[in-house]
Amino acid sequence: MLMRDLSRPLETDIPADALLEVQHLTMRFGGLVAIDDLSFTARKNEITAIIGPNGAGKTTVFNCLTGFYKPTVGRLTLNHPDKGPFLLERMEGFRIAQKADVARTFQNIRLFSRMSVLENLIVAQHNRLMKASAFSLAGLLFMKRYAKAEKEAVELAKYWLDKVGLYERADWDAGNLPYGDQRRLEICRAMCIQPALLCLDEPAAGLNPRESLELNDLLMSIRDDEGIGVLLIEHDMSVVMQISDHIVVLDYGRKIADGDPLAVRTDPAVIKAYLGEDEDEAIPEDIVQDLGLSTRTGGTKQGDGGNA
Amino acid sequence: MAGPEANVTAGPDSDGRAPMQGGINLAEVVKESAIAAGIAGLLSLPLLGLHAANVGAQLLLRTRWELFFAAVAVVFVGRFVLALFRDRRKRPSHGPSAFDRTLHVIHERMLVIGIVALVAAVILPFTEWGGDRYIIYTATTFLIYVMLGWGLNIVVGLAGLLDLGYVAFYAVGAYCYALIATHFGWSFWVVLPLSGLFAAFFGVILGFPVLRLRGDYLAIVTLGFGEIVRVILINWYDVTNGPDGIIGIPRITFFGIEFRRGEGTFADLFGLDFSALHVMVFLYFVILVLAVITNLFTQRMRKLPTGRAWEALREDEIACRSLGINPTNVKLSAFALGAMFGGFAGSFFSVRAGFISPESFTFIESAIILAIVVLGGMGSQLGVVIAAAFVVVMPEVFRQFEQYRMLMFGGAMVLIMVWRPRGLLAFRSPTILMHPKDGKKTIVLKKEGA
Ligand SMILES: Nc1ncnc2c1ncn2[C@@H]1O[C@H](COP(=O)(O)OP(=O)(O)O)[C@@H](O)[C@H]1O
Ligand SMILES: [Mg+2]
Repeated sequence: MLMRDLSRPLETDIPADALLEVQHLTMRFGGLVAIDDLSFTARKNEITAIIGPNGAGKTTVFNCLTGFYKPTVGRLTLNHPDKGPFLLERMEGFRIAQKADVARTFQNIRLFSRMSVLENLIVAQHNRLMKASAFSLAGLLFMKRYAKAEKEAVELAKYWLDKVGLYERADWDAGNLPYGDQRRLEICRAMCIQPALLCLDEPAAGLNPRESLELNDLLMSIRDDEGIGVLLIEHDMSVVMQISDHIVVLDYGRKIADGDPLAVRTDPAVIKAYLGEDEDEAIPEDIVQDLGLSTRTGGTKQGDGGNA
Repeated sequence: MAGPEANVTAGPDSDGRAPMQGGINLAEVVKESAIAAGIAGLLSLPLLGLHAANVGAQLLLRTRWELFFAAVAVVFVGRFVLALFRDRRKRPSHGPSAFDRTLHVIHERMLVIGIVALVAAVILPFTEWGGDRYIIYTATTFLIYVMLGWGLNIVVGLAGLLDLGYVAFYAVGAYCYALIATHFGWSFWVVLPLSGLFAAFFGVILGFPVLRLRGDYLAIVTLGFGEIVRVILINWYDVTNGPDGIIGIPRITFFGIEFRRGEGTFADLFGLDFSALHVMVFLYFVILVLAVITNLFTQRMRKLPTGRAWEALREDEIACRSLGINPTNVKLSAFALGAMFGGFAGSFFSVRAGFISPESFTFIESAIILAIVVLGGMGSQLGVVIAAAFVVVMPEVFRQFEQYRMLMFGGAMVLIMVWRPRGLLAFRSPTILMHPKDGKKTIVLKKEGA
């Protein structure tokens, strides 16, 4: 250990099973510090949730991870189980999905709305199909290898559509689906790139309680059956507390807590961030239940994280 | 105008409430039109009705009642029609209109219609119209625009990149053939693929600087590119012969056999009497084949990863990035392939005309081609044909109106855009179906239910 290669992190720095490692991530927009020296780790076969009030910088973390923003400072390491480590902050936007297999969804759904549900899932397999068809040339010449590759792509799409109950509507325009189905379709589309890490930006937003429960099952099945890591931004506490293995809490771009659900929901800093500092008033009953607190005093000011 | 009026006055068409509703509407509409006409009358009395005329040294006040009444009548009728349309829009719609359904049926029967149209196009020269040079010439022009429309459709309709300088690639193809043929005497059949490649190369050159631009900005830069190419053609006198253009471009051959009088020519070999029509009909078939190739290529491309990425890029570039699609490659491939077909069409244009000059490649050409794509319905192959027929044939039909024909053409175009803002055939069929047996019908029904 005398001679250390400085471009690679020390072996001992990384927990053996770390899939994603965020180190000292800082993102500034002019004078605004959207993320301030954030470090955390996400593991394979786990759901890591990032929570925090509106404007805390959660979406910005995703945008840095998936190459839409270039971090001001910081190192983002993805330890791909098959392909080895990638330094995401140095990669061009689309290559993060292409090479490092990081998939994401968007807070405001971004489907190809005038294309069919099935086409959305086929487009997600673009790179694989391009390779199989020699940049579409084999397809232009009606060669078997493209037909075969396309058939496999349809099979994968079918697998995911079956899983979320959209198989029957595979030929609908994506834009004509009901809202909840569009959210699910976006997750399917991200899964169709066969990611190592799946980043979901508020997947439960706008879902009714039943849909929200179905989503929990879907996310747990992705974690358990696909063996990948899931990074989840969520406002809905019931979702977060039930399914996440690990929670990172952001407030004004700073990490204020990090740990398993039980530790986080009893953390005084979290309670303060979510409920404010006013000691005089009782915490509303529903929030008490959501956070799983014993009755204590808190304040009335609350972030939007409290609504179920 | 029969449709809306019938709806308002008599109401047996829809539900029971319609007649009463119609009556009220009609009274209001008439009142509104009368008020508008009154205002028009007040204004036009001094402006149109009275006229000061110099007769010798005297200034006389003349009246022009016919103009005055014409103005009032125009305003009344115009206001009336406008109000009817507006009321019709306000009424809750009872599903798609008969016209929409007709268009939908056209869309569903696309394959059959396409084959019928193709067969008609093939037998056209052998019918009695085929003997008419004017008809064959116009049909050839029409097919050039169809081909250009299909080529630009790749860029604008599929990839969603607004290109206002498409004519530049048409010019590149045309000058490519004209220059190579006049200087080196190469045959059209050799230069044709070359000019396509050359235009594609120019497409990539244009593509690079505009990669980051979208929408309006992209349109402005491509417009500039089109103008730059034209200005270079005008000013690079040594090569392009400037505004004088290139004359004496070698004519097309029947794969090496010339269309002339005498021994060993086309007419001689096929035992026909020489006729100037032969070469015209041959040109017609050449452009027909080129256009059909453009169409089949695009249709096939839509089902391939590259084509699907074009459409995905049109829908949402950010989502494309998040899926690992390289937007640069997708855009460049669309520009290059679109330009390639423009180049083919360009070299056909110059072999047909025998003379080219920068005059033929002005912005108005780009505008016409774009109008064909947009009027037809972005991305619709059949729409392009209908729109090209409209754009090329309408001005011919209106020829008798002389100086008003461009006005009528423009007016018709505005009407279409008001009435169907997304183009005539703004339908899209999926490129792959999970449940092909369901047929398209059920899908449509389901969608309407959603
Ligand atoms: N592109 C940007 N330019 C300037 N400020 C931004 C940009 N993106 C995000 N921000 C700011 O960063 C902060 C965090 O935003 P965001 O990450 O969207 O919050 P969250 O997703 O937690 O609600 C906000 O104050 C927001 O205004
Ligand atoms: Mg957000």
